Amino acid sequence: MTTKLFGAPITRREDPRLVSGNGKYLDDLGAGALAAAFVRSPYAHARIVDIDVSGALDVEGVVAIYTHEDLDGAVADRLPLLIPHPALTAPMVAYPLAPTHVKHVGEPVVMVVAADRYVAEDACGRIRVDYEQLPPVVGVEAARAATHLVHEEAPGNVAAHLVQEVGDARAAVAAAPHRLELDLFIDRSASMPMEGKGVLAQWNADDQMMRIYSSTQTATGVRASVAAKLGLPLAKVECIAPDIGGGFGAKIMHPWAEEVLVPWAARRLNRDVKWVEDRREHFISSTHERSQVQHVEVGFDDDGRVLGLDVTFWHDNGAYTPYGIIVPIITSTQLLGPYKPGAYRVEFFSLYTTTVIVTPYRGAGRPQGVYAMERTMDAIADYLGKDRADVRSANFILPEEMPYDHGLLFQDGRPYKYDSGDFPGSLAKLKALVGWDEWADYRAAAEAEGRRVGLGIGCYVEGTGVGPYEGGHVQVETSGRVNVATGLTTQGQGHQTAFAQIVADELGVPIDDVYVTTGDTRKMAYAVGTFASRAAVVSGNAVALAARAVRAKALRLAANALEVDEADLEIVDGIVRVVGSPESAIPLGTLSVLSNPLRYAFDEAAKAATQFAGAADFSKPPVADDEEPGLEGRDFFSPTQSTFANGMHAAIVETDPVTAEITILRYCVIHDCGNLINPMIVEGQVHGGVGQGVGGALYERMVYDDAGQLLNASFMDFLMPYASEVPHVETDHLMTPSPLNPLGVKGAGEAGCIPVTAVIASAIEDAEGFPIRSMPISPVELWELRRRHAAGELPSLRRHTAATS
Amino acid sequence: MKPSPFEYHAPRSIDAAVAVLAEVGHDGKVLAGGQSLIPILNMRLASPAHLVDINRVSGLDTVEVTAEHVRIGALVRHAQLEHHDGAYAAQPLLRQALLNVAHPVIRNRGTTVGSIAHADPSGEMPSVLVLTAGVVEATSVRGTREIPAAEFFLGPLESCLAEDEVATAVRFGRFSPGTGTAFQEIARRHGDYALAGMAAVVTVRDGVITEAGASFVSLTATPDILDLSAALAGATPEDADYAAAAALVRDHVDPDADIHASAEYRRMLAGAIAERLLPVAARRGIRQRSEQEATA
Ligand SMILES: Cc1cc2nc3c(=O)[nH]c(=O)nc-3n(C[C@H](O)[C@H](O)[C@H](O)COP(=O)(O)OP(=O)(O)OC[C@H]3O[C@@H](n4cnc5c(N)ncnc54)[C@H](O)[C@@H]3O)c2cc1C
Repeated sequence: MTTKLFGAPITRREDPRLVSGNGKYLDDLGAGALAAAFVRSPYAHARIVDIDVSGALDVEGVVAIYTHEDLDGAVADRLPLLIPHPALTAPMVAYPLAPTHVKHVGEPVVMVVAADRYVAEDACGRIRVDYEQLPPVVGVEAARAATHLVHEEAPGNVAAHLVQEVGDARAAVAAAPHRLELDLFIDRSASMPMEGKGVLAQWNADDQMMRIYSSTQTATGVRASVAAKLGLPLAKVECIAPDIGGGFGAKIMHPWAEEVLVPWAARRLNRDVKWVEDRREHFISSTHERSQVQHVEVGFDDDGRVLGLDVTFWHDNGAYTPYGIIVPIITSTQLLGPYKPGAYRVEFFSLYTTTVIVTPYRGAGRPQGVYAMERTMDAIADYLGKDRADVRSANFILPEEMPYDHGLLFQDGRPYKYDSGDFPGSLAKLKALVGWDEWADYRAAAEAEGRRVGLGIGCYVEGTGVGPYEGGHVQVETSGRVNVATGLTTQGQGHQTAFAQIVADELGVPIDDVYVTTGDTRKMAYAVGTFASRAAVVSGNAVALAARAVRAKALRLAANALEVDEADLEIVDGIVRVVGSPESAIPLGTLSVLSNPLRYAFDEAAKAATQFAGAADFSKPPVADDEEPGLEGRDFFSPTQSTFANGMHAAIVETDPVTAEITILRYCVIHDCGNLINPMIVEGQVHGGVGQGVGGALYERMVYDDAGQLLNASFMDFLMPYASEVPHVETDHLMTPSPLNPLGVKGAGEAGCIPVTAVIASAIEDAEGFPIRSMPISPVELWELRRRHAAGELPSLRRHTAATS
Repeated sequence: MKPSPFEYHAPRSIDAAVAVLAEVGHDGKVLAGGQSLIPILNMRLASPAHLVDINRVSGLDTVEVTAEHVRIGALVRHAQLEHHDGAYAAQPLLRQALLNVAHPVIRNRGTTVGSIAHADPSGEMPSVLVLTAGVVEATSVRGTREIPAAEFFLGPLESCLAEDEVATAVRFGRFSPGTGTAFQEIARRHGDYALAGMAAVVTVRDGVITEAGASFVSLTATPDILDLSAALAGATPEDADYAAAAALVRDHVDPDADIHASAEYRRMLAGAIAERLLPVAARRGIRQRSEQEATA
């Protein structure tokens, strides 16, 4: 290998195309397709009394109108429960079109297919649905009270109840020298991809073949689930994820009702049909995350070492549980972060509400868990009058304790065991970066100017790269072009660059010769999807292994052709050559020719592979018994368990003493995701994640009223931060390789957003001198807290009391 | 999110525009920059059967500065007015306020007259029009009339423009020498509609404040002028009791609560802004006078 690309901060190869308007997103496809639109429930909870579509039938351009009654076969059944779990005792999943009841505003009831989206929406406006309203259940408290049930099948509104315990945590808390209790709340937000969901279905009646383009994070998942729903052989369904304008988790949920209905209608009508989600639909009928009520009881010693940790939380899972209880399971385990409490008990209730469903959104339960743990760490430090970083240090799992098994089961049902990490090392870097030890001076200088500032910290560990597997296929064409395919999808992670860097290095070819395809079931039919910060780990290693297989074959063929020993060969710039005598060489493209003996000469390259081209050994078949034609290789990577990345963030905030406006002055990140394939891409992921985290901490929330109406279902009122609200992010890296995969990498996709809510809460608390127990926080809320604090309704931090008394 | 069907008219003269409006009556809507109207149509909050796009009407895109006023035509974009140095020199509040109207891309299309016609109590420019004692010029098939700003705004999103009228221009008044202006608002995000905002004007003569006033954004149902002279007149800019003026502001404003902030919080912000802004306007008043004298 000449120049090593692995680890190089090369610019993203996909960006020129994407930023110059040449992307092909879902809505760029399917010119001439019919358009679908949906009549959705205007009520949070209701019985459907009657549907009258007659007013819409004569709208010019309407092609078809479907209600549940019209659906047939498995399409008329409920959508699948994707991830069952023994603790999910009352799973409920919606129908593609609601037959009798609606359980949240936005649930689809009628589908209209028309010449275009304008006409389809006109028709929707003329369809009359009579509802009998039923009592809404909004928010965790209403769900817990269970005065009204969302589903008769789920007593107490409980979908799932799970307890995990290591040691006797309650006894440990009771016996500890010091004890604290915290009640915490964290509100809803949601992924807001630039392009929402969308699906284009093309039914080829001649081939009896369905092609689906979906803005999905799992092309194989959509393919298999639609094949099952439509009763088609898998071989007759293909799914392609085109350019995807962001996913953030919303598109790993599948099949969405629309992903089933649009292909179903396309086949029935024998026409291309397309549906593209609009922003309002994304708000009210896609997916949200994060809302939890948490109760923490902790017992600790004089050093702040946690002896017992007993956490109970109530997780709002919305109206249905198609994605199982992945989110609360992740909260319940990843809550522990880099720490090792003496004993741990966690219990959660996953509760139904008549609101949009809750499935993983970037961070996927971790921001909530980290929030609970880090609020607890700050509370312990304050109680003991200790430095907040020191209390964290006292609880760290040390490098020499790795691998560290927490004794719990993780989201994949496998042991929750950290593979590597250097938490003291990360903390030391963070303290240096933010100036932790100089903080008293910084604060004093600000106070002298009448300014109020606070320093916050948050640490997390992120399980990344969950299995079960991904595959890689690498093929060298006779031109020397290298085609790489992996089945998972790309929604902004830079796979065209990172995977190409891996393959170019492994194979010894220029990166410009490498072409990466993702999310196309025609190219790689075996795949899982892009979520859980898993692509670099699982597909990255799979394409590396596939490239190694190609390399081995190339060396074998070259050794034969050049009549030298394989061990004497190297591959440089796409040419296999003898080490030390580079004139004895053969390009990979030529080896590709030789690997595929031909009868017909289509071009000059093919001529070289035809039967009369050269001397042949007539005792052997043209393709050896243990070979296949073609210079290509395929391999899979299936990790034994997740690999655990970690990070530590610190922020300095300023709060206006009068208006309570909150400004982030500095934001510092130490990030350890093992070996870096491309540091620039990793930093980009971290920056974007922090931006999303700032949204969740200070701006975004889903404002439901008591009737279950989402009051801010547009970008006018849902305050996604602009560039002007996202601070400059200062980053530094630590690289603790993972021992669990050949490349030593860990995932980085979700990292940036995970601790932000915890960090900002910590910083505001430090600035204000009273506890912050509910996030996100807006200026008006901070102002209200100040008033309550001034009225004596809210205690001061001990540090604050000591400092001011 | 697609609008209901409508008929699209693109008249090339104001006469043609008002003729269509007169014919379609209640079913017609003027389309200017579209930055407020298009979202309303897409969300089907309004479904006018006729859109009268005035963007091709000639003669509506000029900024004129005279001794008495700054006059802008209906097609002057926020950005054009913001960057107009003559307009800024004549009435600094224009640029001071326009910098708070949304973001540059929206200011590139949205018209200042359109934002006044829209009469949003969260809009900046209606407040500026009122505080500068401006005038709206309106035309219909029935003729042309001039409406003083104080009479123009009837309520939230409601002006006294008739269905068949086009606001062809507005005139912002100018202040006497020695008058300083300032604008500030507090929004959740940069460029958002304000939680609370205020335009302030303070006149200083011989080192003493003679007059002061303010108008508000997102704090009153329609923009109005609060005379603050009682609290500030007679004092020097250094010694003036800005806290007393802020108290008057807090008493005067009548904000609504919404999902972003309570009414109480907005009232507090109004006072905080007043206390910070009035001294700025007063200092500018002194400077403005000394500049006038220097050039005289
Ligand atoms: C994201 C975003 C943020 C924004 N933030 C702000 C903000 O912070 N502050 C603010 O003030 N505005 C804001 N706006 C609105 C913007 O300023 C609009 O441009 C302005 O309110 C309307 O001007 P327009 O030319 O776009 O009018 P249009 O949208 O074309 O029309 C608005 C209304 O006024 C009527 N109308 C327009 N022109 C005339 C006329 N000449 N005669 C009669 N009736 C007319 C129309 O019929 C319609 O009812 C924002 C807009 C967006 C999209």
